[in-house]
Amino acid sequence: MNDSVMSPEYTDAVKNLLFQLADDDFMYSFRGSEWLGLAPHIEADIAYSSISQDTMGHAAMYYTLLENLGAGNADDLAHSRPASDRRNSILTERVNGSGYYLETPHYDWAYAVTRSYFYTQAKKVKIDSLCESSYKPLAEVAVKVRMELYYHRLHWETWFKQLMSSTDVAKKKMNEAIALVVADFGDVFSYGTQKEAIESNGLIGSEEALQEKWKMNIEPLLTSLQVQMPKIPDQPVKNGRNGEHTNDLEEGLTTLSEVYKFESAAVW
Amino acid sequence: MTALTELTVERVYEALLNVKDPEIDTVSIFDLGMIGEVTTNGTHVKVVLLPTFLGCPALEIIKKNTINAIKELPEVTEIEVEFTFHPPWTSDRITEKGHQNLRAFGIAPPPRHFKEDGSWHVDCAYCGSTYVTMDNIFGPTACRSILYCKSCKNVFEAMKPVSTNM
Repeated sequence: MNDSVMSPEYTDAVKNLLFQLADDDFMYSFRGSEWLGLAPHIEADIAYSSISQDTMGHAAMYYTLLENLGAGNADDLAHSRPASDRRNSILTERVNGSGYYLETPHYDWAYAVTRSYFYTQAKKVKIDSLCESSYKPLAEVAVKVRMELYYHRLHWETWFKQLMSSTDVAKKKMNEAIALVVADFGDVFSYGTQKEAIESNGLIGSEEALQEKWKMNIEPLLTSLQVQMPKIPDQPVKNGRNGEHTNDLEEGLTTLSEVYKFESAAVW
Repeated sequence: MTALTELTVERVYEALLNVKDPEIDTVSIFDLGMIGEVTTNGTHVKVVLLPTFLGCPALEIIKKNTINAIKELPEVTEIEVEFTFHPPWTSDRITEKGHQNLRAFGIAPPPRHFKEDGSWHVDCAYCGSTYVTMDNIFGPTACRSILYCKSCKNVFEAMKPVSTNM
């Protein structure tokens, strides 16, 4: 479908989905960027910053599609919307650990690897489905994202496998991280109150189908590592798709938009 | 009195050969396969570019350099440059000359083929040895990887293969 013949209902459904996709990648990328200079070794540092940069590019594309639909300026959409307007999943907004980036970052690498591996696999399932989206501009972006995502998956799968096959301490930390990540997975495949509109317009596969696909994709690796298949909560405690968020998002937004808000007329 | 030369697509292409990748100045955006479509209408020029990686910070610079290169054609009155994702940029768009010029910069060009398991192999950009190891699939820019040559003991970079089959 192209922009000229879209009904208002269809346009609204597209926008709602785009906000979920954009905000997910935007927050995931921001949390990744906080690791810059802190990853366990230089190769990991280069890779993670590269992945974060790619992912920020993906978020920028979704915000641009929103701009093209009249939702507002892409930079503003990224920086200026309050937490209650955000539609990212809870998982993507969580802090990397205790402490602050510039002072005492006690970040948890096991959590970073696990969040990234599970998130990237979920993104892969969504992107595959979006390549068939009824909204043509979104399908075209998805084809492009899929090629870059290939390298992200390869990277996080390698790390996940290696840490899970490592020392007892590493395994213990990884299992703790899996528990934390899975507890937050309840809204990753949710479209919130927009479920009916998003699914019935053929914009992307159903919540249930995508979640099932995700499980099927990660099961072989988890089984080979003797990790139990995670049980995703049926009902998320908070659903980010409906604008329900933790304080982590509030604080993250304050940090990431500080420079933008300092001089919003500046040209970048 | 000088007659204005007719503004043809060929002449725009000639001008675009001068637009180099800002970080790899031996390779033009033409040889990188980034030019999607060029159209002229009277004295108006429209160029559609294909971004290599979506988050590439060089895109705005490339756009600006493209506009400046076309401005060199005296008869042009209006220039439009935009990015598109359709068709998507893939690494097989890089020309043979692009491959040569990447090597001249010390970057191994992207391999044309993947192995069955999705992995890929390139030879050393400096000595051509096939005896290399992948050091980091991610490199100094989104489109590059870092490898090590066990023959000439050089670290070198390779342009990542990107294909719609991935």
